[in-house]
Amino acid sequence: MREATIRLEDVAADLAQDRATPRATKSLNRRGAPLAAPAAQLALLDSLPLRAEFAALAQGLAPAKLEIFQVNLGKLCNMTCKHCHVDAGPDRTDAMMDDATVDLVLAKIRASSAHTVDITGGAPELHPRFRDVVQAAFDAGKQVMDRCNLTVLLLPRNAGLVEWLAERNVEIVASLPHYRRPNTDAQRGDGVFERSVRALRNLNAAGYGKGDPKKRLTLVSNPAGAFLGASQAVVEREWREGLQKNFSISFDRLLVLNNMPISRFLEWLQDSGNLEAYLERLVNAFNPAAVDDLMCRNTLSVGWDGRLYDCDFNQMLDLELSLPAGPHVRDLDEEAWQNRRIVTARHCFGCTAGAGSSCGGQTA
Amino acid sequence: MENYFKSQHLADFGKISDASPELGKKFFDYYGAVFAEGALTAREKSLIALAVAHAVQCPYCIDAYTLDCQSKGVDLEQMTEAVHVAVAIRGGSSLVHGMQMREHAQKAGM
Repeated sequence: MREATIRLEDVAADLAQDRATPRATKSLNRRGAPLAAPAAQLALLDSLPLRAEFAALAQGLAPAKLEIFQVNLGKLCNMTCKHCHVDAGPDRTDAMMDDATVDLVLAKIRASSAHTVDITGGAPELHPRFRDVVQAAFDAGKQVMDRCNLTVLLLPRNAGLVEWLAERNVEIVASLPHYRRPNTDAQRGDGVFERSVRALRNLNAAGYGKGDPKKRLTLVSNPAGAFLGASQAVVEREWREGLQKNFSISFDRLLVLNNMPISRFLEWLQDSGNLEAYLERLVNAFNPAAVDDLMCRNTLSVGWDGRLYDCDFNQMLDLELSLPAGPHVRDLDEEAWQNRRIVTARHCFGCTAGAGSSCGGQTA
Repeated sequence: MENYFKSQHLADFGKISDASPELGKKFFDYYGAVFAEGALTAREKSLIALAVAHAVQCPYCIDAYTLDCQSKGVDLEQMTEAVHVAVAIRGGSSLVHGMQMREHAQKAGM
């Protein structure tokens, strides 16, 4: 049953009025910043003196079986974090998946061999058709993941959403830079940590994060600065103790991601004088063992406009797939997809540094 | 040599082995083993290193272990508390020597 139609304009108007969600910055797009253009980001990365190129180091990178159908519903978000690789924000109604594309995506999900549908954004929960997408993927027997910024769950229009997601066994993959306030607020805005804690308590109350595989709560941490993430296993132990002791919060697993040198994090690297050193750090930490489990191998990434990519990062850089029928979801053919060449550039060093970094966490 | 301290020294530290490879290898192997996960976590060891770096006032070590602690998820408040541990021990160490001063003073004074 289709819920009452939600209009994007109403969601955007709510966000414009929202004074409760802290915001760390404004989108590059809204500021008219030069790095809003993907070509400018790629040119900046290409201008750096690096001692190696990604393609030469990761020669064994080849497609694997399709497992994850990732859909980016668009760039609208209630927050504007400093490190956002999407350049998302409350102003980004310009980049939202339209109805026709949503319908096309749902048809492809039903026909897909992927076992998991990974829904991302922006804050995907703000897309007017978010519940349609979840319901269709659930009905098609897919495991559904919601990449959630936590604070979005506290917006009045999302009252009851946690329980609704729980009924459909949706895994909540929640971003939280750190289990203590300072580094979380530095990256996401003053007061975000407190609201994230409230949202996590709501999730726990709905049965999430308590070892039930049907109500899995995954936390995603990323470094608050120009350095790599710590060892996932060690960090998970520390977070478990810290969140339990200080806030009585439990979760099922923790993923540690590196920050990709693109979009707003790229701008921050440049403005803070960290750009060259960070890229050097990524190249020096290149780990061949991290290549095997990179998400680009088993993930199809669909952009808000229906175009296809190897990952959400390539999507933000306009590095679309080269498929015989063209890079659009309407022409998707899994066999052709299987034989594609994975598109890489210098930002890919972010995914192979140290213990590796993928939408599924560390890879080595 | 224009400056006693250069940040490049840190990146080039490995070259110290050039003139004495065997001792260099022993030192760096030992160093690596010290900082591995053990009865103490690597994170705890990095915080100790950060505090000691301040006690011995080594700019190279402060640079290296600030970044290392950050990479291990230590935030500024936690790092600052570690530095205060070094400060307290340094200060306390001076002050507790005051007990020697008192003994000398008591012996020589009337």
